[in-house]
Amino acid sequence: MAGIVGYGAFIPRNRITSEEIARQWGKDPAAIQRGLLLKEKSVPGLDEDTITISVAAGRAALDRAGIDPSRVGALYIGSESHPYAVKPSGTVVIEALGIGPSVHVADFEFACKAGTEAMFVALGLVESGRVEYAMGIGADTSQGAPNDALEFSASAGGAAYLFGKADLLADVKATYSYTTDTPDFWRREGEFYPRHGGRFTGEPAYFKHVTAATRGILERTGLKPTDFRYAVFHMPNGKFPLAVGQALGFTKKQLETGWLVQTMGNTYSGSSPTGLAAILDEAAAGDLILITSFGSGAGSDSFVFEAKPALVERRGRAPTVRSMLDGPRRYLTYGQYAKYREKIIVNE
Amino acid sequence: MREVAIVAAGMTKFGELWGSSLRDLFVEAASEALTMARADHVDAIVVGNMSAGQFVGQEHLGPLLADHLGMAGTPAMRVESACASGGAALRVGFLEVASGACDLVLAAGVEKMNDGGDVTAVLATAADQENEVYHGITFPGLYAMIARAHMTAHGTTAEDLAAVAVKNHRHGALNPKAQFRREVTLEEVMASSMVAEPLRLLHCSPVSDGAAAVLLCPLDQAKRYTDRPVKIRASAAATAPMALADRKNLAFLDAVQLSAQRAYKLAGVGPADLHVVEVHDCFTIAEICCIEALGLVEPGKGRDAARSGLTALGGKVPVNTSGGLKSKGHPVGATGIAQVIEIFEQLRGAAGDRQVKNARIGLAQNMGGSGASSVIHILERV
Repeated sequence: MAGIVGYGAFIPRNRITSEEIARQWGKDPAAIQRGLLLKEKSVPGLDEDTITISVAAGRAALDRAGIDPSRVGALYIGSESHPYAVKPSGTVVIEALGIGPSVHVADFEFACKAGTEAMFVALGLVESGRVEYAMGIGADTSQGAPNDALEFSASAGGAAYLFGKADLLADVKATYSYTTDTPDFWRREGEFYPRHGGRFTGEPAYFKHVTAATRGILERTGLKPTDFRYAVFHMPNGKFPLAVGQALGFTKKQLETGWLVQTMGNTYSGSSPTGLAAILDEAAAGDLILITSFGSGAGSDSFVFEAKPALVERRGRAPTVRSMLDGPRRYLTYGQYAKYREKIIVNE
Repeated sequence: MREVAIVAAGMTKFGELWGSSLRDLFVEAASEALTMARADHVDAIVVGNMSAGQFVGQEHLGPLLADHLGMAGTPAMRVESACASGGAALRVGFLEVASGACDLVLAAGVEKMNDGGDVTAVLATAADQENEVYHGITFPGLYAMIARAHMTAHGTTAEDLAAVAVKNHRHGALNPKAQFRREVTLEEVMASSMVAEPLRLLHCSPVSDGAAAVLLCPLDQAKRYTDRPVKIRASAAATAPMALADRKNLAFLDAVQLSAQRAYKLAGVGPADLHVVEVHDCFTIAEICCIEALGLVEPGKGRDAARSGLTALGGKVPVNTSGGLKSKGHPVGATGIAQVIEIFEQLRGAAGDRQVKNARIGLAQNMGGSGASSVIHILERV
């Protein structure tokens, strides 16, 4: 039996409000907040990227697991904002965490699903016995073009999950993946910002895949929505996860703990994994937890976890998600935001 | 000229139909009409379509659609008059039958708008490129200017405009084919995002995919296909200057009035004789202007019609019982045919929860651009 032996998350301290972005572009802040249910989002500092977020989250995961990092046999990072097009993020992360060099490392990309993709592969290697421990990380400093709807949501953060077979914090009861060729959102080589098919990203992309994967895992496990204490669905904006959750039969109470998007934004590959981390920060032993990610292109991964007694003992070893979301924050003007996100072009 | 009847109709659901291409939509609607009439051939196909060339990169729709309907060989052509393309296609089909050239004609309309095209830019090609569009105007902007002119001339308010959306959504909620089967409140309309002042999002019809088709034949052959034919008592069309700046009165739609006068004369009826009406409410202000130009209310008095219930289901002359373009959806090339199908169903007593009791005479008004073209059909139960 394999499951989570350590987890951690990281959200940068900088924030920008929807109101500030709306004001910049002459949009109605109330309409944005009402339509997308977004109040503010995290923004990476100039010295923060997918690698630093992965290191912070990975360190918290190792702290909670309390294992010697050299026993980690594989590490995967899912992101659509790896700092390098060629050269892995994972190599920097293992060095910083004291993992390896006897370790398998790879960077994954599957739009917003890359984080659960890394978790899925890490889990599989542990289950097979190929490695003793494996870490899967989802982290992003997401890109949203200026004056695109994405600019209100694209944020920074991530979560790391260490899988093993002993001293579990949460047991993996089942997984289910659902994938089709649905090009709803993409970024080509050399482009700064992703493009998307507008409303095509909704019904035929997000809702179809999240619904199919969730129904699939419920069928596979024989579980019903009412069996779960918590559920988290990928959060591209505030509205979609609540709408799909309620359509699938989950209550607002089951969804609210993992629904971080209103003040965190969409951390892309880190989105639903960070929601899961917020749930693990408060779940009790025996609680069943559902997570369904979504990545454009498109696909969804679903996992069912059961919280174990060790979770309650160990989670205090690292900061909670809420402490980073609600703790000290620095609010940026649009000008500062444009500088931090390197939207201002200067000569070399 | 021979008398012409509509004997069958078919229509897709309107909406964001991601799983259906232009040809799928056409074949679905056309097949439904052919099946209803148990017809295995037609003498001609006329299809209304505004801009498949720009929306999905496909022109030459006549042979394409005939082929995919399994009718390669049949004469088939596409008719275009911007958002009035559907009405124009019906008019061409009507003339083919009335003239004696054809005995059974499929008149259809189709538009696939949700396929990646820049919809606002494509629709703007229905305005005057040199005198309007090059200066940056869009269709919401043009209708916003019409609304402003109406407000200045007649004291119309944004709430008056919103009342049209409330009424049409109430109707559309009863229509299984409608894109938005839900009611909206006046407060929701007034709180929706501003698109082009004074027009908010819920003052505007949506971007839609869909197709609609009817079968036409001489009235004296109609019983071969149905025991409930509906006669086309008039088909009339008119134009007005393309650019708003060239019109005498921005707040009045001359082409609609002219096409109505012609239709009333041909049919030998007047606005007071109509039991049910579909008008081209691409924006809520358009419905107010259209009911004035049709003579359903006096010029300048359109602002109260929706709120007072005059034009609501149960009112004196129900307008847009289908939900109109606002709630039913507006796949531009299909709209004119879909409007006629609503009247066809109303006159046959087949409109379900939207049925207007004892409806015998109905009118469908379809408009192109900012009102530069208008096509009207008056139908009667026989």
